[in-house]
Amino acid sequence: MSNQESSSQGISRRKFLGASAATAGLSVASGVSLISVAEAKPLDTAISSDQRWGMLIDTNKCATGCTSCVDACNTENGLNTGDEQLSRQSQKAQWIRKVELRDKTTGHEVSLPLMCQHCENPPCVDVCPTGASFKREDGVVLVDKHICIGCRYCMMACPYKARSFIHEELLNQVEDVPRGKGTVESCTLCVHRIDEDTNNRRDPACAEACNTAGHKAMVFGDMKDTNSEISKQLKKHSSKAIRADLKLNPGVRYRGI
Amino acid sequence: MKKINYLEIEGRSKGFWTLLGTLGAITLAGIAAFFYMEHSGHHVTGMDNQIVWGMPHVFAVFLIVAASGALNVASIGTVFGKAIYKPLGRLSTLMAIALLAGGLMVLVLDLGRPDRLVIAMTYYNFKSIFAWNIILYNGFFAVTIVYIWMMMEKKMVGYYRPAGIVAFIWRLILTTGTGSIFGFIVARSAYDAAIMAPMFIIMSFSFGLAIFLLVLMLGYQWTERPLGDAIVKRLKNLLGVFVAAVLYFSLAYHLTNLYATEHHDVEKFILAGDSIHTTLFWVMQILIGGIIPLAIIYSKLSKSRTWLGLATLLIIVGGLAQMYVIIIGGQAFPLDIFPGMEIVSSSFADASSYHAYNPSTPEIILGVSGIAVAMLIITMGVRILKFMPLTLADKDVDPHNKG
Repeated sequence: MSNQESSSQGISRRKFLGASAATAGLSVASGVSLISVAEAKPLDTAISSDQRWGMLIDTNKCATGCTSCVDACNTENGLNTGDEQLSRQSQKAQWIRKVELRDKTTGHEVSLPLMCQHCENPPCVDVCPTGASFKREDGVVLVDKHICIGCRYCMMACPYKARSFIHEELLNQVEDVPRGKGTVESCTLCVHRIDEDTNNRRDPACAEACNTAGHKAMVFGDMKDTNSEISKQLKKHSSKAIRADLKLNPGVRYRGI
Repeated sequence: MKKINYLEIEGRSKGFWTLLGTLGAITLAGIAAFFYMEHSGHHVTGMDNQIVWGMPHVFAVFLIVAASGALNVASIGTVFGKAIYKPLGRLSTLMAIALLAGGLMVLVLDLGRPDRLVIAMTYYNFKSIFAWNIILYNGFFAVTIVYIWMMMEKKMVGYYRPAGIVAFIWRLILTTGTGSIFGFIVARSAYDAAIMAPMFIIMSFSFGLAIFLLVLMLGYQWTERPLGDAIVKRLKNLLGVFVAAVLYFSLAYHLTNLYATEHHDVEKFILAGDSIHTTLFWVMQILIGGIIPLAIIYSKLSKSRTWLGLATLLIIVGGLAQMYVIIIGGQAFPLDIFPGMEIVSSSFADASSYHAYNPSTPEIILGVSGIAVAMLIITMGVRILKFMPLTLADKDVDPHNKG
């Protein structure tokens, strides 16, 4: 059964590759299509460092008071959706939050979403005693819920305060996003979406919602793919890492701060 | 110097059973608090996503730091060959083990998943100071137990000094590790300082010796065994130096921070803020835990055991306050996520000037029970094994005593 399935998947993939190659051949500027063929990744292929997922957030486009990204994240990952009723507000999990800033000298105001910055050198991973905090080859920083002992050292170490501790038993969880009392969690860049094979892959819920809301302030993509939208924009415009002085090289970059 | 005779305490008096009962009751209350917190989840505590380490950590880190300090008395006898300290070696080592056990119990029971202790023991990320500490703590038990064995077993007397040296070095590394838990956190303004590790070592000297001296005086008073002034005076003077050294390190730490503009805000928050941390720092840590005990120790008052006992108690209370200011104060001050920018609003409490923390009763009980467990182990230890010399009268222990 599984052989049949995989062989039928294989055929459809061959067809797809063939069609893509034909398109590429016809196209004069074929680079984009060719890269997307090279990107095609079936679910059972290991994550590789050929990619680095990242996000570029344009604070000039981010609307003050808009919480589309936060709401989408909560719905997608089952946060704040009726659970955590016993926890105080300061105890509830928040993977992404909206922050309004004002420059102390100039008074210039900025609105931006803040979440796990998926650092290249993540302090949370350094300090985790069991290795539960880990960074994938493609740059996504995650928590292995099976070996997290709930010591919260990663929360002490994170310069962005991006992590939350689960203070109570959780029910009604989203199937793709297992969570558990007594462990630490943070933004996963919606791995369950981006790990899908190329045809089904979707942007993280926050970026998708920002697009839907018409702001288009969040661009998600592969920072190592020179033809990706994020790489092009990063190359074209000046952008900043938050707390760049710590040299953590985060995967989330900001424009306009 | 005469041969030292060690003997178990009798442990039949009403006082002994009252002590045991009280410590047992506090321990049981601590275990009940743990089950309540574990069953409900940490939402029943004062901790949240801002103050992630609360009261249990204050007590746990204090006890762990004091544990390595309590071993100093044994080290001075063994490693540095001071004869007058040698009779105290066994008790000192027992106390070190007991304090560490009490501290670790609290630390482990405050984990989000204490049931996964075996994972902490089997999965190691060697870049983590915490992982190293797990090895250092377990190793400390092993090293000190061997050390006690060498002390107590006549046949092993040849290994006594090497075991003492290993234990001494191990304890220095252990406290460096504990201090480094905070010293290596670059993200938080209050912690990013290399002075943390040596400061923790000197804190361990002070807190550990204060507890040792208090337990020694109480133990000898309650068992009506003689404890001469020679030993008490030596320990007292040493304690005075350690208390002064802790004050010096606090001064150096804050002065260095005050020099750097980037640390002005956090220093203002601790030293001149309107939160509890400022009161705890000046009144509890500096005045009650430092200046008053120093005044007692170096005045005629210290000739009275009651006053001296009070001084050690104040040092312990001041030490707990110091831990509170370091651990809770360091978290209460908000992270500087956007240097040069002011956070106008945020749903994740980024905008507040500092994070409030109201410890709940269960977490305080759990913390206090760590002290009770340590004292319980010491009480049981001296009852079962020969840890306490029959006499510490001047003529029996002081090589220079003419009487």
